[in-house]
Amino acid sequence: MDTLRQKLNKHWLWIVVNLAALTPLVLLLWNFWTDNMGADPVAYITKKTGQSAIILLGLSLACTPINSMFGFRRVLTVRKSLGLYAFLYAALHLLNFVGLDYGFNFNYIFADAVLTKRYMLVGLSAFLILLPLAITSTKGWMKRLGRDWKRLHKLAYAAGVLAVLHYLWLVKLDLTWPLIYATILGVLLFLRVSHVRKFISRFQRKPAASTKSATVRKVRPMITEG
Amino acid sequence: MIKIASSEITPEHIYLNRRKFMVGAGSIAGALALAACGKADAPAASAPAAASQSTLKTPLTAFPKATLDHAEPYASKAQDELGNKLNKYDEITNYNNYYEFTTDKEGVNPLSEGFTTTPWKVEVSGLVNNPKTYDVDDMLKKFTQEERIYRLRCVEAWSMVIPWVGFKIADLLKEVDPKSEAKFLKFTSVMRPEEMPGQQTGMLNWPYVEGLRIDEAMNPLAIFATGMYGKPLLAANGAPFRLITPWKYGFKGIKAIVKIELVDTQPVSAWMNAASNEYGFYANVNPEVDHPRWSQATERRVGALGHIPTLKFNGYEQEVASLYAGMDLKANY
Repeated sequence: MDTLRQKLNKHWLWIVVNLAALTPLVLLLWNFWTDNMGADPVAYITKKTGQSAIILLGLSLACTPINSMFGFRRVLTVRKSLGLYAFLYAALHLLNFVGLDYGFNFNYIFADAVLTKRYMLVGLSAFLILLPLAITSTKGWMKRLGRDWKRLHKLAYAAGVLAVLHYLWLVKLDLTWPLIYATILGVLLFLRVSHVRKFISRFQRKPAASTKSATVRKVRPMITEG
Repeated sequence: MIKIASSEITPEHIYLNRRKFMVGAGSIAGALALAACGKADAPAASAPAAASQSTLKTPLTAFPKATLDHAEPYASKAQDELGNKLNKYDEITNYNNYYEFTTDKEGVNPLSEGFTTTPWKVEVSGLVNNPKTYDVDDMLKKFTQEERIYRLRCVEAWSMVIPWVGFKIADLLKEVDPKSEAKFLKFTSVMRPEEMPGQQTGMLNWPYVEGLRIDEAMNPLAIFATGMYGKPLLAANGAPFRLITPWKYGFKGIKAIVKIELVDTQPVSAWMNAASNEYGFYANVNPEVDHPRWSQATERRVGALGHIPTLKFNGYEQEVASLYAGMDLKANY
């Protein structure tokens, strides 16, 4: 049996990612409980859930390039969790909009918001893309869909683009943060272009094959110090 | 927030006297206003209308005289004339669009705490017969300060109900005596990048500029606010001297004004400069005229859940609609 230390060593990234991804939710609940959500709690929840969703989606999209560039394969084990957390926050974001912001009054929502505003349309589209991705994230669906699973889940990039557009189009004046997100997303997309990918992996494979990293990574990391 | 009755702060005899005085002042103002209504319109038709209205709701024209010396937030009523509850003092002072400081609404108050508001001079110039530079303290003494409980509707589709203290723009215009060529008022905010970090960015064309047509400014609802909840304005709310036009979107309410010019051409506001397809000169609250970003059909009161329908001219249609008679409000957004 693994000792606690061995377990930590094996799962540290998974633990860090889960703790980090749950932090915004815990903070939201805590601030709700202590009545510390500012003058406009609805706006506060909107901002925090939206921010969390976009960051986590970006992180999940970064996993593949991080692995192919740095050979840090463990990152792939948290890709799904990051994507699911992004979906969780996106769902809370939408629920907050429909429920707390609009009080579930669909007359108001459809009359004046979603169907006429481009930032609403792209935001909703991003969520509608994430929804099937979240549903098909299980091993069973992975098997069932076979090759199509990978194709389907490439849509995560589309969701990322739409989410950043959603943010960009709703901001009134100060585009700093939307543009930061757009730049990061642009870099991630660029790294996925097949030519770039091949170019980078050419640098990666050679040293990886000749040094210990390729072989060591298959073996469980060992504890060397006492 | 713990509610503290003003009786707990002010010695009771003064408090009671003040109440008596204010009730008196209020009813006199109300009577005068009603009398004025009767005089302006055909007396036979308007008198009963005005009477029945005042039984339905508090007439909007009766504003109590106000002071700024309350230790704790004070308002004469708990709701506006339509029955909307006032927003809390903490909400009004901690949720501000004031890009001269920051675009973060909650960040404005902490960032603006050290902002210098005394001494403060306001230059009134341009096409006037008596150009003048006022000290804000003198304006407080010279012009009758009234409490004005107004709805504030932001173009971003949120709103508040705020008990301002201020005085009529018309009072100031009477003093400076605009020339007949004067058609518009151009307001300019203070330019102080060393105290206002937002002004160090090129986000808007600083300083902030706004404008009104002279007849809009003369409307009795248009005021310069000097206080809120019976206390002097906080820097976050535009201290020491700002514009309030409750039938227009909040961004018209230019803050920290240092210059008022009477001009003959329509001024170009800071927001028109930034995005003229989104922000027009008039900026009247209108649920029928859409903004490319936010629907204007509904709004959410800050601090409350769910939306409410937005009222034309923010519910002040009776008082201001005549200013725009015959105008295409879709074209003149």
